Amino acid sequence: MHEVTSPQAFDGLRINERKVRRPDLTFATVDHNVPTTNRSLPIVDQISSLQIKALENNCKEFGIKLFDIHDKYQGIVHVIGPELGLTLPGSTIVCGDSHTSTHGAFGSLAFGIGTSEVEHVLATQCLWMKKSKNFEIVLNGGLKQNQAVTSKDVILNIIRKIGTSGGSGSVIEYKGNYISSLTMEKRMTICNMSIEAGARAGLVAPDDVTFEYLRGRVYTPKNELFDQQIDDWKNLRSDNGAQYDKTFSIDIDNLAPQVTWGTNPAMTTDVDSAIPSPDEYSKGNDDEKKSAIKALEYMNLKPGLPITDISVDRVFIGSCTNARLEDLIEASNAVKGKKVSSSVKAMVVPGSQQVKIAAEKLGLDKIFINAGFEWREPGCSMCLGMNPDILQAGERCASTSNRNFEGRQGTGGRTHLVSPFMAAAAAIAGKFVDVREWV
Amino acid sequence: MEPFKNLTSKVVPLDIANIDTDQIIPKQFLKLLGKTGYGEYLFFNWRYDQQGKPLEDFVLNSSLFSGRQILLTRENFGIGSSREHAVWALKDYGFKVILGVSFADIFYNNCSKNGVLVIKMDKNTIEDFFSSKTNENFEIDLIQQQIKINSKVFDFDIDPTLKSYLVNGLDEISKTLELGNHIKKYEDKHKVSVETESMI
Repeated sequence: MHEVTSPQAFDGLRINERKVRRPDLTFATVDHNVPTTNRSLPIVDQISSLQIKALENNCKEFGIKLFDIHDKYQGIVHVIGPELGLTLPGSTIVCGDSHTSTHGAFGSLAFGIGTSEVEHVLATQCLWMKKSKNFEIVLNGGLKQNQAVTSKDVILNIIRKIGTSGGSGSVIEYKGNYISSLTMEKRMTICNMSIEAGARAGLVAPDDVTFEYLRGRVYTPKNELFDQQIDDWKNLRSDNGAQYDKTFSIDIDNLAPQVTWGTNPAMTTDVDSAIPSPDEYSKGNDDEKKSAIKALEYMNLKPGLPITDISVDRVFIGSCTNARLEDLIEASNAVKGKKVSSSVKAMVVPGSQQVKIAAEKLGLDKIFINAGFEWREPGCSMCLGMNPDILQAGERCASTSNRNFEGRQGTGGRTHLVSPFMAAAAAIAGKFVDVREWV
Repeated sequence: MEPFKNLTSKVVPLDIANIDTDQIIPKQFLKLLGKTGYGEYLFFNWRYDQQGKPLEDFVLNSSLFSGRQILLTRENFGIGSSREHAVWALKDYGFKVILGVSFADIFYNNCSKNGVLVIKMDKNTIEDFFSSKTNENFEIDLIQQQIKINSKVFDFDIDPTLKSYLVNGLDEISKTLELGNHIKKYEDKHKVSVETESMI
């Protein structure tokens, strides 16, 4: 749970004199509204402050564990869940946030719900559901790609190909050599953005990589219990020859770094190409053509403009998509010994206190600060502009987040979604660069 | 929840596809603590300019469409964030029915929890509504699953359980808690406890 989608759910419980059925299976944190600057100062935004206080009071009243603004485990809800070993294979996980799909990377059924359903789960520990369709996406190749092409590029490419409603009514299961080669953090990026393809959830069968990630974490079962669990979890995979309602495959060997140019995540292209024309993009679909025209106007971009000619004003490295330790390591590799362009304001927001501490142990904070980035406290930050980290109208941002809708990062703000390496390189160059050639 | 059986109204034609919930209710308005008061912020960035002046060509600002309770739209309505505030804003503004080709899953669910009827119709029918029926009365009958416009009848599908909740104005949590014994049986069989680390 987090502070934005829970107040009304708790109110509903109170009004109907109901309790939380399973407080032992309910966890909360503050992430959307929190400032990413000095946390010892009071929160300036009165309304944010009230919402955060409401969560504190509600958790206290209903007996729910809260990782509050000063907690050593505080962070973005979909970063701390796995980090703490709360996300386990075979479990069902819900949260009032669409990027709950992130946890599917562990072989759990995890999806976002609205506030009314949050209240329903709090009261009953259940949900009424219709069975989703099964959508298989097979990812092959890509094993020779280095840090220039990442799982962020892969999921952007998937959404580009199947569209923002390609996964509607389905749970997408990701399979193939490429997926098996990925670390848990990389798998989380892919599952995180499954919702942008319209899917309810993403899923990856748990394997040894999963089990080793979870071993020894705060809430993971310990010792013999853990080993017993692993035996059960090994059965969580689709049968060979299982029938899927839909199937799709991508060859990653020739994939280029991706950059979104428009106002939804499907409006994406290769970094070494140009802004498409509305006709090229829409392929005969009138409504999509209108969307593309509207998007180009909002983004102030013209067809034919090379992506590498687009300058940026801001760079944001953060969000539940790409703010884990590996993301920060990759971004720091791009900027070590270099300086942020004088025309760019750039910041790095670690996904959690634990990520921040680990990054600082590796000296990443110094690398970023020396290069001219701001190094912040954990929170959702500029992903969605509900806290002080906001784009001004007309500002163009290279962002490692998950949505580029109109006004998402600030009214009139222009978002381009990219990988952490691409965002970091853009901060240095002042514009998008093909990082396959980045030295 | 207030029951929904039927409604007669003209439509507000919102002729845009792929409308995401950030457009329906921008994030700065998610800080309210209740479920009401969001109507004035509905489609905020499309309704008002940077100075707060109403934008003339946005459909909600046209007096011709004021007071109408049906929103007519295209494909893929409600994609993006799961914010239920989007539904509260539509409802608070006065919309009781949303009519379109397709809807995002989470948004569709959220509507069902708030007594807002979502009707999916095929692309050609929606195109017909946009091109020739934006000034006609739509008589919507949920029980018959029909929309009557002049004397033409259009049938629509809806999940029977969802229909029964809407028609009877049922409270879902009460209904679920009637199955409390089943829930307990499941919990006893599948003991899970995070804090005490006992997993069976």
